[in-house]
Amino acid sequence: MSRPVLLLCQLMVAVVALALWQLLTSVPIFGRILLPPFFFSNPMDVASQIVDWFVRGTIWKHLLITLWESVLAFTIGSVAGVLVGFWFARQPRVAAIFDPYVKMANALPRVVLAPIFTLWLGLGIWSKVALGVTLVFFIVFFNVYQGVKEVSPTVLANGRMLGMNERQLTRHVYWPSALSWMFSSLHTAVGFAVVGAVVGEYLGSAAGLGYLIQQAEGIFDVAAVFAGMFVLSAFVILIDLLVTFVERRLLVWRPDGAGGHG
Amino acid sequence: MDTTKPTAVALDDATVAFRLAGDRVYTAVEQASLSVEHGEFVAIVGPTGCGKSTLLNVAAGLLKPASGAVRIFDQPLTGLNRDAGYLFQADALFPWKTAIDNVAIGLEIKGAPRAEALERAQGWLTSVGLGAFAGRYPHMLSGGQRKRVGLAQVLIRDPKILLMDEPFGPLDAQTRQIMGNLLLELWNADRKAVLFVTHDLEEAIALADRVVIMSAGPGARIIGDWKVPLPRPRDISEVRMEKEFHALHREIWSVLKDEVMKGYAQSSQAPAEVA
Repeated sequence: MSRPVLLLCQLMVAVVALALWQLLTSVPIFGRILLPPFFFSNPMDVASQIVDWFVRGTIWKHLLITLWESVLAFTIGSVAGVLVGFWFARQPRVAAIFDPYVKMANALPRVVLAPIFTLWLGLGIWSKVALGVTLVFFIVFFNVYQGVKEVSPTVLANGRMLGMNERQLTRHVYWPSALSWMFSSLHTAVGFAVVGAVVGEYLGSAAGLGYLIQQAEGIFDVAAVFAGMFVLSAFVILIDLLVTFVERRLLVWRPDGAGGHG
Repeated sequence: MDTTKPTAVALDDATVAFRLAGDRVYTAVEQASLSVEHGEFVAIVGPTGCGKSTLLNVAAGLLKPASGAVRIFDQPLTGLNRDAGYLFQADALFPWKTAIDNVAIGLEIKGAPRAEALERAQGWLTSVGLGAFAGRYPHMLSGGQRKRVGLAQVLIRDPKILLMDEPFGPLDAQTRQIMGNLLLELWNADRKAVLFVTHDLEEAIALADRVVIMSAGPGARIIGDWKVPLPRPRDISEVRMEKEFHALHREIWSVLKDEVMKGYAQSSQAPAEVA
């Protein structure tokens, strides 16, 4: 399928879906409306809500808050994940001791932590950041751990034969390998940072996209709920594009340009 | 050969054993004695799985023999062999470094300034015919080109001993000949001691001053040692036409053939033991 045709087909899916949505919420079929607007709103209302948010500028504050929380969660979670992952991989004894606890902590559905974080850190951004960190940390941690463990023995032996000491092996062999695995889990990690932020906001906050959606649900404003979801999707897609761009730059040496381990 | 200089590599009754699961011990190489003189090119040939690479790893200091001695320039070897450069069979380049960085790294870790290391690396890339490929990452190079980078990576450190583990094994026949000629050309410049492992007898005779034959494992032994009387400099593809080449090939093959069959039978019976 050529690119224009593909694009056209993709566009058609959206058009048909929106048309059906509009039709079923406004035109009675066999005497009744199949999708009552109270529960399903309709595309026009949702669109005008989105336009309204942007025209009046109220959305920017929420977008910025969510973005800021995601960035902080991603940064803190990644740095911690890289450091601990690296440490564990180079110190098998430490890894063995902590292994059951790492598994236990990772097995816990993170949502249940949200109220505790709110209790500890208040309704501001830090409780959301903390939730995001618990998600991002484990993804990065496992990838970096794997990356250090799975350095090719031949490459390692080559480094040794070229005269590298342990410090130089760390810098020239273990570290690049670990980082490459971390970067390949970038999409997942960034995605989870946003999830952490939005879920945190949803469960208790005063600003952010999650808060916006939660408020709209509270007053049965279905149009605003859908509008919030669309803005959130667009937000995540934009961030994902940015990540793809960064990844292309960082992983040029990879055979497949940007591989995926996560 | 310069006999006033000490022997570059000397293995004395070296036995190498690996511990397998369930406390069984697999003896890979048994009582192998081998010497490589200064400036000598020695090829080890043997059936697959006979422990040729094991012997090379012993000379490199990557493996410790269970018994026997290893001496490098008359000094007992402890730890890694710092006088040796090792060209591996598998891809050993750092995939996250460009060709030139891969070559320069050997100097950089010795503390050479980066500019100087890069300049000399560029020189080496040019001498292996890859001057225009400095900025490529390993995955952007062909198998033969990667081997060339590997060769430059090893040679830039100017090791006194060159250990090569079937370095051209994965390459196609034409590329192998080209690489063989390149190797001889580079080697001719300063005649390092070379220990070259291969399963290809023709390649061994064409390249080496001496061909050493190993028996099939387990417990592989060195069972033959031939001098190659062919004059240097040689051209790999032409030297194969010479009468002496054929005579020597026939002579060595008559010994090697039985071992190859034995090795083949063993590896098809119990692959886990031989691996």
